[in-house]
Amino acid sequence: MPSAENKTLAAVIEILSPFAPENITVTPQSTLMKDLELDSVKVMELMMNLEDHFDISIPLNVLPEVNDIQDLVNEIDKIIGTV
Amino acid sequence: MSIMQKLSSIAEQTSGLINESGSPIGSRIERVYSATEGDIGGSKKILVGTNNYLGLTFDKECIAAGHEAACQYGTGTTGSRMANGSYAEHLALESDLAEFYGVEHCIVFSTGYVANLGMICSLVGPENTIFLDEHCHASIYDGCKLSGATIIHFRHNNAADLDKRLRRLGDNSANALIITEGLYSMLGDKAALREIVEVKNKYDALLMLDEAHSLGVLGATGRGLAEELGVEDDIDFITGTFSKSLAGLGGFCVSRHSQLEAVRFSSRPYVFTASPSPATIGSVRAALRVMQARPELQKKLWDNATFLYHGLKAMGFELGPEIGPVIAVDAGEKENALFMWQALFDQGVYVNVVFPPATPNSSCLLRCSVSAAHSREQMQAVLDAFTQFKQLQSVTAAQA
Repeated sequence: MPSAENKTLAAVIEILSPFAPENITVTPQSTLMKDLELDSVKVMELMMNLEDHFDISIPLNVLPEVNDIQDLVNEIDKIIGTV
Repeated sequence: MSIMQKLSSIAEQTSGLINESGSPIGSRIERVYSATEGDIGGSKKILVGTNNYLGLTFDKECIAAGHEAACQYGTGTTGSRMANGSYAEHLALESDLAEFYGVEHCIVFSTGYVANLGMICSLVGPENTIFLDEHCHASIYDGCKLSGATIIHFRHNNAADLDKRLRRLGDNSANALIITEGLYSMLGDKAALREIVEVKNKYDALLMLDEAHSLGVLGATGRGLAEELGVEDDIDFITGTFSKSLAGLGGFCVSRHSQLEAVRFSSRPYVFTASPSPATIGSVRAALRVMQARPELQKKLWDNATFLYHGLKAMGFELGPEIGPVIAVDAGEKENALFMWQALFDQGVYVNVVFPPATPNSSCLLRCSVSAAHSREQMQAVLDAFTQFKQLQSVTAAQA
């Protein structure tokens, strides 16, 4: 049975996939802007989709700390209280 | 990356965007002939990039009032509002604005940017949550950041999305501040204010409305979108600027809440900035009088906006969602946007070009701003320039 963190990771990768370039394999270490080539508009759209999926609000204040997918998973887990 | 490397990188990315013969950003305007014409790049251009909505920058009454104030009070206050920079004229303008909005309280700030910055960081702090429309202006984002509050944005003009986010906040929703604009500066669309007010009332939150682009433009007497929709009593704080319809410089906040006066003591952008010059305050007071005395200016503005919007739409351009004094033309990628801007410039029309991330989508915009001072002939000349661009585009595509 996947851990809570792994479930979050799996959901994030699934929601992220339409935003990522086709030839890129998304990993926890993939960076949003450099590896996945997301501009700031796409990052915001992604955040809103994640918020809807998890029924949470991700404050803009945390974004400067989010560099890669694992950072994003950690922030979501903090908000939903699974860590 | 070092500080200087960072600056070098920015310089590299923007090289060529500013030049002597006229450029899409930071152009040198040699002379200004009227509210709608200036000399850029060595020839006369129709100005379609200003926010001079009522065309009052050359109004004789406003100029005379500015001149008189400068003669009476000097060129500058050389101090902040809380030190030696609150002259009788500043206080009189605050009274004028409070009376105009039908409220008891008003604070005049040094710019519209400072008004938003100063209000937001004074109203809320780290213990509060701000909900802002994702299309809000940079001054609002910066104010939110400076406040230290938790910042949550909601989908543009989507009251249901705002409702959902306030629900997630639970019991703390009554301690939240919602921020929206009357008329959005990039796409020129109006806020879904009536629906947002309903959500605000449902959660007992506070609502701040920036009417920077809607003052003088919307509402029977020009008070903005809240007046047009009849929801003024539901707005807690209205901010605005003098640098658009009132053709000057400065900003303000009006409110029915007496607590607004405390902002004078708690707002660092208010306390630590020099106050607006007497000439500015004098001209803005006059512009406020002229705006109220000449409601036909608003009608002329909307006639021009409607004419230009329909004309561009008929040519097949992708525009913002509704008619208004800000008409945003989708210009696609940066290269196309620059080509388009240059084609219009060569035809004697100066518009603003805006690049992502300053635009709401990932597309560049040519942002046309209409003024009541534009003549029908000038509006037609703008449409003719867009027609020329279309023809040039066809020729270029055929040659490629």
